[in-house]
Amino acid sequence: MTQPSRAHPWMASSAPGSIKAMLDEIGAASVEEVFEQIPKDHFRTTPLELPPTLSSEIELKRDLVGKLRKNGDCEANLSFLGAGVWQHHVPAVVDEIVGRTEFLTNVWGSYQSDHGRNQAWFEFSSQLGALLNLDVVQLPVYSWGCATGHAIRMAQRITGRSKVIVSQLSDPERLSVIRTYCQPTAMESHIEVVMLAVDPTTGRIDLNDLKSKLGNDVAAVYFENPAYLGTIETEAAEIARLTRAAGAETIVGVDPISLGVMTAPGDYGADIVTGPVQPLGVHMQCGGGAGGFIASRDEEKYVLEYNGFLVSIAETQEEGQLGFGLACPHQNSYGSREHGKDWTGNSTYLWAIAGAVYMSLLGPDGFREVGNLIVSRARYAAKCLSEIPGVKIVWPDSSFKEFLVNFDESGKTVAEVNDLLRARGIFGGKDVSGEDNALGQSALYCVTEVHTASDIRILTKTLKEVLS
Amino acid sequence: MTRIPEFRAAKWNEPVVMEMGRPGARGQLFPAPEGEVTETVGADLIPGSMARKDRPELPEITEFEAQRHYLHLSQMTLGMMGISLFGTCTMKYNSKTTEYATLRPELAEVHPYQHPDTLQGVLEIVHDFDLILRNLSGMDQFIFQAGGGADAAYTMTAVARAYWDDRGMLDQRTEMVTSVQAHPCNPATAAAAGFKVVNLPLEENGYPSLEALKAAVSEKTALIMLNNPDDMGIYNPEIKEWVKVAKEAGALCFYDHANFNGVMGKLSAGELGFDACMFMLHKTFGAPKAGGGPAVGAYGCTDELAPYLPCPVITKNGDRYDIDEDRPKSAGKVREYWGNVPQVVKAYGWARAMGAEGIQLASDISVVANNYMDKKLAEIPGLEISNPSINAYRMEMTRWSLGPLTEETGVSTVDFANRMADYGIDPYWMSHEPWIVAEPFTPEAGELWSKEDIDTWINVIRQIAEDARTNPEMVKTAPHNQAIAQVKGDVFEDPSKWAMTWRAYQRKIVGEDQEKGVA
Repeated sequence: MTQPSRAHPWMASSAPGSIKAMLDEIGAASVEEVFEQIPKDHFRTTPLELPPTLSSEIELKRDLVGKLRKNGDCEANLSFLGAGVWQHHVPAVVDEIVGRTEFLTNVWGSYQSDHGRNQAWFEFSSQLGALLNLDVVQLPVYSWGCATGHAIRMAQRITGRSKVIVSQLSDPERLSVIRTYCQPTAMESHIEVVMLAVDPTTGRIDLNDLKSKLGNDVAAVYFENPAYLGTIETEAAEIARLTRAAGAETIVGVDPISLGVMTAPGDYGADIVTGPVQPLGVHMQCGGGAGGFIASRDEEKYVLEYNGFLVSIAETQEEGQLGFGLACPHQNSYGSREHGKDWTGNSTYLWAIAGAVYMSLLGPDGFREVGNLIVSRARYAAKCLSEIPGVKIVWPDSSFKEFLVNFDESGKTVAEVNDLLRARGIFGGKDVSGEDNALGQSALYCVTEVHTASDIRILTKTLKEVLS
Repeated sequence: MTRIPEFRAAKWNEPVVMEMGRPGARGQLFPAPEGEVTETVGADLIPGSMARKDRPELPEITEFEAQRHYLHLSQMTLGMMGISLFGTCTMKYNSKTTEYATLRPELAEVHPYQHPDTLQGVLEIVHDFDLILRNLSGMDQFIFQAGGGADAAYTMTAVARAYWDDRGMLDQRTEMVTSVQAHPCNPATAAAAGFKVVNLPLEENGYPSLEALKAAVSEKTALIMLNNPDDMGIYNPEIKEWVKVAKEAGALCFYDHANFNGVMGKLSAGELGFDACMFMLHKTFGAPKAGGGPAVGAYGCTDELAPYLPCPVITKNGDRYDIDEDRPKSAGKVREYWGNVPQVVKAYGWARAMGAEGIQLASDISVVANNYMDKKLAEIPGLEISNPSINAYRMEMTRWSLGPLTEETGVSTVDFANRMADYGIDPYWMSHEPWIVAEPFTPEAGELWSKEDIDTWINVIRQIAEDARTNPEMVKTAPHNQAIAQVKGDVFEDPSKWAMTWRAYQRKIVGEDQEKGVA
């Protein structure tokens, strides 16, 4: 051990004499002696070679901010990127609450010591349940794709069947996660992922194809509403009816920010619902804002298959007082290791608190307003872009916040268009031309409440310029 | 100086948010669509079958009421604001400087699908941090997609599947071997990935025998998953032989570096022979835990396994950083995008602020402080160290048992934890399953806490142990100074009573009470 020339602000015992005082108490002559359990030949032989220490806050801040400033961001630019991570408005109060040190440095505690956090968690589930019209909402897992993977595996355990039907036009990012959760074919408990055709004229699921694929070996049908490429699944109730008739579970992925204006999935026959939590007051953070919820009806068949943390309200020893704790704690992998329901671990629970604050700020009228604002501006954007020569909106008038823009007739690729836009301070929609979709040179554009009519006119004007 | 905090938690009797507010109250307004927008697209844009008819039953409160409510909830959350020696989680200071940096729009308002030209700053940090972890571990490549330690274990199982599949041996290599005291995420993720789990029992010395390992590994073993030291504070000195035995059987070796704090800068997973390892950035590397994430399980492996890594991998070519998604042998993704990037930035900031010297000093302090704590705990009657036959200094944490005290007084480790909060001391971690000592608790001193903090913590433990003898009922009914009294656990496994949402509570409990005429 070498005593540092100055004590480190994050280590109390780096002050002169502190280590020695403890060594004296335990009767050890040196620090090396305290590591006596480790055989000598286990210690690393190569020196630790790290970049120079940034020993002051000034230097640390300068390094971090200096590097991050090399990024372009969606505030300084006009961005139309979405596809799983969306630019929504984050109320300032949400940032204040999730930045509270009690929530941020929190580890676990007890039901009493960290009661406030537990209540915030319960309020996340309660408010999301009100949007979904469902009675059970689990604390979020890592992402929407992970939530859907867990939900499909729940359906496998419930039905004893090992096939899931998903849309042919699924987000490849989420689908890759789902395939990981469904295991490779060589595994005994593999779940086969079957692709469902989409009607090319509407962008919606082909019901005839669904009927032909629904058999008594299907565990679940998974569809999203709105779908990955933005379309609203108007036949959702019929899909759920057909699925139920085949003895399978209906899993629906929804965007929670749509639920002020779109029907709650609990009302059209969804059995298990998944979705992203990022739209509910979480910054994009380069994808670090991801989180995914799982919800269902309050039936044992479902509740006993959840993998993670279910927060239940409960009485306390004081008459009339309420507290919160974990329901069914023994079924998760903390309680039952490899015999638990699937697996769990650290997740994205801070975003449950963000979501709780966000939903309480919006209330029923806020969700209606924001939903209406988003769909109005998104449709307006689609309409404006459709009037540009060489540009086609693939499925007009059927979107919520995202819509597919095709550039085939412009003679330019999406990559070329986006390069030209980027040079003019605009991030164009996600390039989906490399995806298995037979949709040519298309980009998925996202318009939300942060995009004004003026922003949309700038996009339209700029696109016109770069395509002419 | 003997000091015991006198603590009274805020007790706001805060209503559930669903009960708050008044019809029509607003906390957030949105602009109406512009005139040109509505003139162009009209109204009622959601197709009839999908247009919501009902009004979601959300609270209607003002912006201030929302702010105050959640501030009150934060005030009723101890959240490490006392002294938290929460073992297995390595409680550290979470830098406000790094927090500040990640909240700036240059990261908070960045989309993962932006063109790499506009991501060079964040890619540089991720890549530089990858190099730091490579140096600390001897691995050749890290990725940050996993959202926690368990997800990194899951990543390992996915990589192992792809590795064996690529060799046409996935139907033969079907087993994962681990120890019964490994963190539950190792067996659980392996089982979820489709592997059969083989658990090795512990011997008197605290770890499984080499003979048991030799008997367990075979041509069926896909991988072994190990942590070392364990949560008892015991280091398995045969670990190099373990890796050798497993590799001779062809198995992959994964080092779960959850307990890295005591060996930072001292051990190298690569030099010990491991094929892969993981670090928890929200634990060892100073990023906040946030009550259970967003977190990062940084997963690193050798060049041999790198082709199977989930995509993307961040690469550097000349002066330019790129996002490599084109990896044909990749195991596929374990989560969308490239990780909880702000947490990676915070961990990078931690490593830079600590430096090589600081990191080595931190491991020194954490092990010395833990042994200081052990010595003080040993002076309290009724407490018993795990594996008492081991006559050696422990590593950075130690498993203790309240067994003798519980036998004497009836006060359990759960009661003890509940009572700790009455002193403003964060309840300790007890133990992962299975409990291998009676009434366990697992403190970890770490490098953050001062000797005075540890002394205060010990004093509280000593005080509660005394109270357990003189007034066991008081301890068993604790807490007494908290926001709420002890939560009754009877509803948590009762399908007729559990209620995971306010809707369910209204339907099952309030509705039933009203039917019965209960006020």
